[in-house]
Amino acid sequence: MSNLVQALNSARVRGWLYQGLFLACALAVAWYLVSNTLTNLANRGVATGFGFLNREAGFEIGESFLAYAASDTYLKALAVGLLNTLAVSAAAVVLASVLGVLIGVARLSSNWMVGRFAAVYVETIRNVPLLLQLVVWYTIMNRLPSPREALEPLPHVFLSNRGMKFPVLAEHPGHGWALLALIAGIAAAVALVRYGRRHRETTGKPFPTVPLAIAAVILPPVAAFIATGAPLAFDLPVLAGFNFEGGGAVTPEFTALLIGLSVYTAGFIAEIVRSGILAVPQGQTEAGLALGLSPVQILRLVILPQALRVIVPPLTSQYLNLTKNSSLAVAIGYPDLVSVTNTSANQTGQVVEAVSMMMAVYLVISLCIAGFMNWYNRRVALVTR
Amino acid sequence: MKTSLRAFAIAATLSVSAIALTSIAASGTAQAGATFDGVKQKGYVQCGVNLGLYGFSAPDDKGKWSGLDVDVCRAVAAAMFGDAEKVKYTPLSAQQRLPALQSGEIDILARNTTRTLTRDTANGLNFAPTNYFDGQGFMVAAKLGLKSAKQLNGATVCVLPGTTTEQNVSDYFRANKMTFKPVVIEKNEELHKAFFGGRCDALTSDASQLAAIRAAETQNPADYVILPELISKEPLSPAIRQGDEDWTNLVTWAFYAMVQAEEKGITSETVDAAMTSPDPDVKRLLGVTAGNGKALGVEENWAFNIVKQVGNYGQSYERNVGAGSKLKMPRGQNALYTEGGLMYAPPLK
Repeated sequence: MSNLVQALNSARVRGWLYQGLFLACALAVAWYLVSNTLTNLANRGVATGFGFLNREAGFEIGESFLAYAASDTYLKALAVGLLNTLAVSAAAVVLASVLGVLIGVARLSSNWMVGRFAAVYVETIRNVPLLLQLVVWYTIMNRLPSPREALEPLPHVFLSNRGMKFPVLAEHPGHGWALLALIAGIAAAVALVRYGRRHRETTGKPFPTVPLAIAAVILPPVAAFIATGAPLAFDLPVLAGFNFEGGGAVTPEFTALLIGLSVYTAGFIAEIVRSGILAVPQGQTEAGLALGLSPVQILRLVILPQALRVIVPPLTSQYLNLTKNSSLAVAIGYPDLVSVTNTSANQTGQVVEAVSMMMAVYLVISLCIAGFMNWYNRRVALVTR
Repeated sequence: MKTSLRAFAIAATLSVSAIALTSIAASGTAQAGATFDGVKQKGYVQCGVNLGLYGFSAPDDKGKWSGLDVDVCRAVAAAMFGDAEKVKYTPLSAQQRLPALQSGEIDILARNTTRTLTRDTANGLNFAPTNYFDGQGFMVAAKLGLKSAKQLNGATVCVLPGTTTEQNVSDYFRANKMTFKPVVIEKNEELHKAFFGGRCDALTSDASQLAAIRAAETQNPADYVILPELISKEPLSPAIRQGDEDWTNLVTWAFYAMVQAEEKGITSETVDAAMTSPDPDVKRLLGVTAGNGKALGVEENWAFNIVKQVGNYGQSYERNVGAGSKLKMPRGQNALYTEGGLMYAPPLK
């Protein structure tokens, strides 16, 4: 008896007990909601389950990174939508980061014009709803001339209200070898960077890392390209019927979404970057100057490593926001996951299944981004200690 | 819900499913007669309509709804309460409409909804008789000089999602061994802007909607032509939930009463005089000979109220989509069977 009382008074045991009780309650509520929904859907004669995923989708999708036709299954259609979401999000994350860092640094510039410009950019972009911005970008895209009167800013590159058409290399086995050589070159460059760092740390002498690494990345693919006969045949876009055929294409929907997401998120990233840089005391810069480092070296070797500790956690949440904001694509017709899921749900009538799948997918994407950024955060945190 | 909100797609979809989930979870089992009794008790019909489709269901500047679909709900209210005004409207997007009906949020879905096998079975719905026989068509700029949808190979086509439209257009191009690129935009305004701005070569939708868009959104309607091919059958029909036969019966026969009145030449102006008609069919329709009302569970003068307050089907058609409206749609398939159309009411006896 006294053992039991003792155990109940132990903070550890009580902690486990409360957590167990909470978990049981949460599970019971979830079970109740799911089972009740299923029962009622069955009572109302509404079909449930995920069997529809193997049926023929029967609708076309405007753009796809997979070979997709209307005769493919719903599962494949959803995969196409998911890839479209990932593609636009990944591209926008890169673009927003570059733009955000530039604007953030510019806002701290001692040049009055540059600093003011960055401040106006941040305050305007952050305070106008993203949906409106997307509609504006899309409207601008639609203002371009029709395919027959397309602009040709570069030879064989056409800009029209159907998007941008550009030449692509016609397929050739030599490209595969060049790609393999490129991957090998990148691996070699990574090894060189590591060796260069070790060399500097052990001997204290500089090592020409940058030129060597660039050469390691560029030379092997070029060599492979020439060795396979330099296959430089282009697939050119040609006006045929309603639109251009052949060549590569970027649609106005993708472009508008990419620009909209990047420009919007860059406004937030700029402020995060600024706060990170301001978090490093001024004395560090002065110390760097006293050591005779150049401004670029001070930024790269002194300020950024310390600023990244402050920058990375809020940056993670901006990346998450960007990915979730990509679902506004439906407003301007980019066939992302939400768009394809909506169509599937409507055609099959299985809204609950479709929406829960969509929620699960966004959750997984978000957890992946958060996981990666947390890993990166731990890395940059350790480097500075 | 305001139109502008619709674009927040995830939010909208999630909230619909949340509504569906919670209300399905909360409301328990549907019982026979539950909707009929529920409507009677609360004193009005909750009618799911389009967010705004001129001619079918659209609010005017005072917020008063009118249209061919709206008239179905008004007819049901007239039959049940003797007052066509006892209707409350829930504007719904294409994606919201089926969950709203399934969850019991609305009593009737009169929202240019195509009757299909899947909706009739797996989605748990019943359908009242078709109140508008439509078909999906293509609208193109007149300057392209196209004569047939068969010339659309390689075209870019603007499509509104959340309908059978996407599948129909895919089926049509597959069947004719042609290719196309869809541009699927959820917001009507953005979709139409994209089409009129030249992003797409063709806009596809039900022919009646194309006519409505052309009438309302172009400066010179003659700049756009609707191609002759109708690529699908779109029997637009009011929908109700399965499991309440009394309610299904009332909605079904309220509509048939409008068609029957047109066949007998009774309008809202002549219905008073028709009460003294010697025609036994008219006597049964207007409740002079009792029986129909009792069978449906409403007053005997139910059909009189419909014709008096809403009008017969022909009146509703002309006022909303026909010659008396901006759409100027010819009767076509929607004429009475006696005039070569498909509108046919079974005997009301």
